[in-house]
Amino acid sequence: MIQFKPTDRHDFDEILRLVRPGARVLDVACGEGVLLERLRAEKDVDGRGVEIGAAEVSACLAKGLAVMQGDAERDLAEFSDASFDYAILSQALQAMRNPRTVLEELLRLADRAIVSFPNFAHWRVRASLMVRGRMPETRALPEAWWATSNIHLCTLRDFTDLCQELGLRIEAAAALVQNRPARAMNALGPLENWRAEQAIFLLSRRTATHPIETEQRDLFA
Amino acid sequence: MQTGGGIARLPAPLRLESGGVLHGVEVAYQTYGTLNPDRSNAILVCHALTGDQYVSGIHPVSGKPGWWAKMVGPGLPLDTDRWFVIGSNVIGGCMGSTGPASDDPATGKPYGLSFPVITIADMVCAQAMMLETMGIERLFAVVGGSMGGMQVLQWAHAFPERISAAVCLASAGRHTAQNIAFHEVGRQAIMADPDWRGGAYQAAGVRPEKGLAVARMAAHITYLSEPALQRKFGRELQRDGLSWGFDADFQVESYLRHQGAAFVDRFDANAYLYITRATDYFDLAAAYGGQMAKAFERARDVRFCVISFTTDWLYPTSESRRVVRALNAAGARTSFVEVDSDKGHDAFLLDEPVMTAALTGFLASAAEAAQL
Repeated sequence: MIQFKPTDRHDFDEILRLVRPGARVLDVACGEGVLLERLRAEKDVDGRGVEIGAAEVSACLAKGLAVMQGDAERDLAEFSDASFDYAILSQALQAMRNPRTVLEELLRLADRAIVSFPNFAHWRVRASLMVRGRMPETRALPEAWWATSNIHLCTLRDFTDLCQELGLRIEAAAALVQNRPARAMNALGPLENWRAEQAIFLLSRRTATHPIETEQRDLFA
Repeated sequence: MQTGGGIARLPAPLRLESGGVLHGVEVAYQTYGTLNPDRSNAILVCHALTGDQYVSGIHPVSGKPGWWAKMVGPGLPLDTDRWFVIGSNVIGGCMGSTGPASDDPATGKPYGLSFPVITIADMVCAQAMMLETMGIERLFAVVGGSMGGMQVLQWAHAFPERISAAVCLASAGRHTAQNIAFHEVGRQAIMADPDWRGGAYQAAGVRPEKGLAVARMAAHITYLSEPALQRKFGRELQRDGLSWGFDADFQVESYLRHQGAAFVDRFDANAYLYITRATDYFDLAAAYGGQMAKAFERARDVRFCVISFTTDWLYPTSESRRVVRALNAAGARTSFVEVDSDKGHDAFLLDEPVMTAALTGFLASAAEAAQL
């Protein structure tokens, strides 16, 4: 599930920008807690994590992070409705057995979800398939088909369709290409599905109880 | 490391969960480290079934290091340069706190079976009263494994406003049928010993040593994992060849006999009955129609760290997970990890690096949050 070395995680920079200081945050599939540590240090959040790997959880606990060893696909049900301001799922949606259910869970237990994933319709992916006739091994998807834990890859279009179906509002979306700052995008725009190597979405329920704060509208401007 | 200790006499009678009352209760305790001027750096360490207040240092009876000497001391996870660590013997025990071997103030004779059945809640109440006599109104943390973990959960249930952090190791929110079954084997072994004398063995000047040893032998198996037992002993023999009889041919037999024999030197048989009973009766969810989360409703501001061990089949991960689920449902900030260890239930007593690192990190961040 880990796609990049922690230092390469440009999506973390963007996630940090999205999160309101002091918020209650649940980082799902938090790994060794790199993002949680940054959220704690830079945003003073009340951060918690869920991670399936015992070694990763141990690393988190040693850092003093509040992390629970658990399976995101089963154990998120333990958290009460709206017990967090943000639920984060970074680069893990595509490794879930039931990404749709997980997405619904994120927006049950939190007011907003921040989800990042590699876009399978990026031109490099398409080129790899079309020209080489092989499963892509790109910067965003570096592992061979037989080694990857990504079992439910999707495109921007697929993802926005699912959000539509689940009644989720896309509050903001950004495209990420490695080593460049994030770029705000209209996720529904036809070109973005070619251009965005990775995508980050800020989602809320259509019937969100809390009004969206204005400072959060131009997140990627 | 500054150490201290003594016997605290509770200022009021102890009202028990069973409805009874215990008068003149005494609680034996040991302390490690220094209480700071605002009395905010105390950590209570709760012992397991056959543990005691001698958490660190050298045990005065056995001459061996205290049961958690690897974890409590200068520079250790429960750093006595920073924290004032308190260990106390549970009531019902036999290391100085009031228990069935103590004299009943009403008769001047040992209680024996006239000692009331006590519970984990009663043990915790006695601890809270003991702390009051020491002028400690609030603990930074309560820490314990196995039955000690049950006390930790009970603290979070009964006195959440008096603790900042809670560490529950290799424990459970209730006993399973299997847990109760093993305890029943132990109790029956004690009661089947002719020297038990209906519990009145003290007056007769005898001790049910054989029964207590068998109880310990059976229990000791449950503290170890099958792979660890196999690795340590396998089918190795004590001597060359079989005896074609019932001597301790196998090393594992000899080991268990030794465990049993060493145990009777330091433990009281009736105390074993009472304390095993207390753990069997423990069920945090019982008063809430089976919903353990309700038992933690007032504990939302307590930081929890729950740890289980992969090969612990006495208090398996599934039971710790039940506790974690309840804590999450109650909205408490809960860390949980299942530590990979082949040492079985007893892993929590040992120097497991993952547990050590987790405890250190957890206590450091909890201290920061509590502004200590």
